[in-house]
Amino acid sequence: MEGKAPIMRRSALAAIAAIGSASLLVAGCSKADDNKDNNGSSAGANAATKGVVNASDKKGGTVTYELSDVPDSFDPGNTYYAYMYNLSRLYARPLMTFQPGAGEKGNTLVPDLAASKGVPSDGGKTWTYKLRSGLKYEDGSPITSKDVKYAVERSNFARDVLSLGPNYFQQFMAKGDKYKGPYKDKSAKGLSSIETPDDGTIVFHLNQAFQEFDYLVAAPQTAPVPQSKDKGVDYVKHIVSSGSYKFQSYEDGKQAVLVRNENWDAKTDPLRKQLPDKIVVKLKVNPETIDQDVLAGDAIDLAGAGVQASTQAKVLTDTAKKAGTDNTYGGRLVYMAINTKVKPFDKVECRKAVQYAIDKVSVQTAEGGPIRGDVASTVLPPDIPGYEKSDVYASSGSKGDAAKAKEQLKACGKSSISTNISARSDRPQEIDAATAIINSLKKVGINASLKQFPSGKYFTDYAGVPKFTEKQNVGLIMMQWGADWPSGYGFLQQILNGKAISQSGNTNLSQYDNKDVNSLLGKAIGTQDDTERNSLYTQIDKKTMDDAVLVPLTYFKVLLARPQNYTNLVSTAAFSGQYDYLNIGVASK
Amino acid sequence: MISYILRRTFAAVILLLVVSAVTFAIFFLLPRLAGQTADQLAQQYIGKSPSKADIVAVKHNLGLDQPVYVQYWHFIKGIVAGATYDLGPTTVHCDAPCFGYSFKNHQAVWPELTSRLPITLSLAVGAAVLWLVSGVVAGVISALKPRSFLDRTFMGIALTGVSLPMFFTGNLAILLFTYQWPIFGKTYVPLTENPAQWANTLIPAWCSLALLYSAIYARLTRSGMLETMSEDFIRTARAKGLRERTVVTRHGLRAALTPIITVFGMDIGLLLGGAVITESVFSLPGIGQYAVQGITDNDLPKILGVTLLAAAFVVFANLLVDVLYAAADPRVRLS
Repeated sequence: MEGKAPIMRRSALAAIAAIGSASLLVAGCSKADDNKDNNGSSAGANAATKGVVNASDKKGGTVTYELSDVPDSFDPGNTYYAYMYNLSRLYARPLMTFQPGAGEKGNTLVPDLAASKGVPSDGGKTWTYKLRSGLKYEDGSPITSKDVKYAVERSNFARDVLSLGPNYFQQFMAKGDKYKGPYKDKSAKGLSSIETPDDGTIVFHLNQAFQEFDYLVAAPQTAPVPQSKDKGVDYVKHIVSSGSYKFQSYEDGKQAVLVRNENWDAKTDPLRKQLPDKIVVKLKVNPETIDQDVLAGDAIDLAGAGVQASTQAKVLTDTAKKAGTDNTYGGRLVYMAINTKVKPFDKVECRKAVQYAIDKVSVQTAEGGPIRGDVASTVLPPDIPGYEKSDVYASSGSKGDAAKAKEQLKACGKSSISTNISARSDRPQEIDAATAIINSLKKVGINASLKQFPSGKYFTDYAGVPKFTEKQNVGLIMMQWGADWPSGYGFLQQILNGKAISQSGNTNLSQYDNKDVNSLLGKAIGTQDDTERNSLYTQIDKKTMDDAVLVPLTYFKVLLARPQNYTNLVSTAAFSGQYDYLNIGVASK
Repeated sequence: MISYILRRTFAAVILLLVVSAVTFAIFFLLPRLAGQTADQLAQQYIGKSPSKADIVAVKHNLGLDQPVYVQYWHFIKGIVAGATYDLGPTTVHCDAPCFGYSFKNHQAVWPELTSRLPITLSLAVGAAVLWLVSGVVAGVISALKPRSFLDRTFMGIALTGVSLPMFFTGNLAILLFTYQWPIFGKTYVPLTENPAQWANTLIPAWCSLALLYSAIYARLTRSGMLETMSEDFIRTARAKGLRERTVVTRHGLRAALTPIITVFGMDIGLLLGGAVITESVFSLPGIGQYAVQGITDNDLPKILGVTLLAAAFVVFANLLVDVLYAAADPRVRLS
C-alpha cells in the first residue's frame, strides 16, 4: 500500500511529508539506533523495539491518542489505515490478530475471535475457523459466525457504500465476482462461498489456493457486525463492540471516547487486558501539540508516523529525551519505479544504467537521513519475511558508480537519455529525493525533468495511469510502498504482479509483467510451508532486481517518542512500527 | 428603509446563487474540461483495486454519472428542499438546507457545519471583541498623542503583530502558556458545558488572533482620528466649550469609525467562514478545520459547503454594514 491514501500500512504520511529540511541536519549527524543513552531512569533508546517497556497490569486512568488528521473511518469494515487496524482491535475483534511483540515478533499471528488458527483443506482453497465459546457483544447478545460472515459481506461487497477498505475477500472468495453484497442481495443465504454450518463455525471457500489466508482474516473486516444493527455508512456512529472497550461517544472528525465493555469476558480473550478506564481519541490535533503531549508523557501519536522535524531535532540532541525514543522500520520501501513501457527503459541495460548511476546516500539525506531510513538494495524491507540481504548494483559507499552506469548506457546503445521523473508535489521529501536522483543521473548523461503531481490524484490521474505516463514520457516514478500484511505476497503482489497492472489507480508502476515472477507469486501463495514460501519471495526479489525494474532507495524508518506515563509500550512490525495499542495502560505518576 | 433592506437582501441571495454556481463549476466542471473522467473522480473515493462494477456503483451513488448541470440542480434542490441518500441498508432523507454528503465518509455536510459553527463563532467573536477594543483604544491614544512614546510603542506593537504569522504566535502561545506555564487548557470545552473552561481554553487563540488583527485597527483608527481631529467641526466643538472627552468620543471617534465598521464587517464575515490557520494551530474543530479536511481529501461537497457558508457570512456581514450605514446616513439609501 502506498502513500497517505487508504491502505493499511499506508500510514499517515501526510504528516511525514511535512517534515522539513531541518531534519536533514540533525539526522545526518545522529545515530539513534544505538542503545547506550540509557540514563538509568528510562528504558533507553529503542527499548520498545526490543521488548515491552513499562510492562504493567495496573488498571485505571485514561489513555489519550492524538491524530493530526482524521481516520478514513472507525467502522472496522470501512478502514484501510494501519493505525486503525491497530486501534480498532479494542472494540472490534477479528478472527485472527497479531501477537503484541517487539519488532518482527509482532508479526506473529494468533487467534482472536477464532479459537485456533484456520484449518486449511482442499490444498489451501478452503479455510475453516471455529469461534471461541461465550463471546458476547457489548449488549450481552451472543456473537455468532453469521455475524462474521455478514461483516465480510458488507465490507467487501458493498463498495458503493463502504468504499474505503480493501477488497481482498471480493477478489479471493469463490463466486465473489457475482455476489452483489448484502444491501442489494437480500437473500438469506448471502455469499454462498462463506458457510456457517453452526453458530460457532465459519468456512471460507476460495477461488484459488491461498496459504496466507490467516493474514486476510486478521483484518478488521472479519470483526463481527450484527446485521440488525448495521446502518451502512452510519454504523460508524453506533458501532456494536465485540472487544474490551465500547464507544461512549463519537463525534465525526473530532473525537471518540471509549470505555470498558462490561460484557467483554477475559476468559474468552487471552490477548487483551482492559487496563485503562477510558480511552480518548482526539482528532485534528496540531502536530506540534501532539509532540508536546507525547513528550509530556500524556498522549500517543495515533498515526505512529514519528515526531515532527523540530521535535526530532530536540529529542536527538538531548540525551535524556533521546533515551525515550524508538527508531524502527516501518515495513515500507521508498523506491523509484522504472517504467518498462517508456523507451529506452524497455531495455534492461538502460534500466541498469539508472541503477548504477544513483547516489543513494544523497537520496537518503534528502529523505531525512539515517533516522528516516537505511539505504536500500532489495525490494523487500528487512522486517518483511523473505528479505535476504543482497546488493546487485553495489557501489562504493552506495554513492553510485558512474563508470558502470556509462558502460550499461553504452550497452543499451545510448550516450544520453531524456526522460521525466514524477513525484508528489505535496511531499517535500519526495521532491528532494527526486532532485537528488536527477543530479546523480545527470552525471552519466541521463537528463530527467521533474514532474510534480498532487498525491490525491497521483494514482488515479497521473503516475497510476499507464497511458498518461507513456504519453508524457514519464520513465521514472517516485514511490513508497508498504505491505497490506507482513509477508512477501502482501508486499510484492500489488507492485510486481503483471495482473495488477490497471489502466487507472495502477500501483505496478514499472508495468512489470514477467511470466516467471507472476508464476512465482502464484506458486508462493499456494505453498504451505513457510520456509519454502519465503524462499520464493526471496527469488522474486532477486529476479526483480536482476531485471532492474525498480530502484530501492531507503528502508523507511520512523522515530517515535515514547510517552513515559504509559505502560506496555512495544513497537511492532505488524503495524508499521507503531506501538501495539491492545494493552497500553497508565502508569502511576 | 424597508424597501432598501429588501433590495439588498434580494441582491445578496442572487450573489450567493452566483457564488454557488461558480464554485460548483470550479470543482465539478473544470476538472472535466481538463480531461478528468467521472470514473477517475469516483475512483478517488474507493479503496484499492476497485473493480469496474465498484466504480460504476460509486459513480452512481455520488451522482457523478449525471451531467454537471443536473448535479448542480440536485445540489441547489437539496439546499432548498432536502435530498434523499442511499446509505446502505436504508435510504435517509437529508433535511433542507442539505449541502450534500461527503464523498469520502458519506456523512452529511450540513450537520457537520452546524456542529462546528459554535466553535468558530466562539473563536471569532471573542477575538473580535479583543482586537476591536485594543485596536481602537491604541489607535485613539496614538492619534491624540502623535509621535509620543505611547504612540511609538502602540504602533511598534501593531507593526510586530501584523508581521508575525499565526502559526508562529499561535505555537509560541501554546508552548509558553499551555506547556511551559500551564495556565490555559488544551482541549476546547463548549460554552454551555463550562463557561470558565471555555474561556480558559480559548484565551490564547483569542489573543493570538487579536494581536494579528488589532494592528490593522489601531493603524486605521490612528490615521482616521488624525484626519478627523484636524477638521473644522472639531475646532468648532472645542470652541463651543465641549469637554475634550466629548469632542474625542462623540465627534472625533464617531466620524473615524466608518471605515473601521466596513473592515470589521468583512473580517468577522471571513473569520466565521473558517479561521483555517488559527483552528489548525489551536486544534479547534471548527469550520476552518473542516475546510482543511475537505481539501486534504479532495472531498468536493465539504469544500463546496464551507465555501458557500463563508460566502454567506461575508455577504450577510456586508449587508449588515450597509444597513448600518443607511441607518446612519440617509444619503446611502437614496444612492
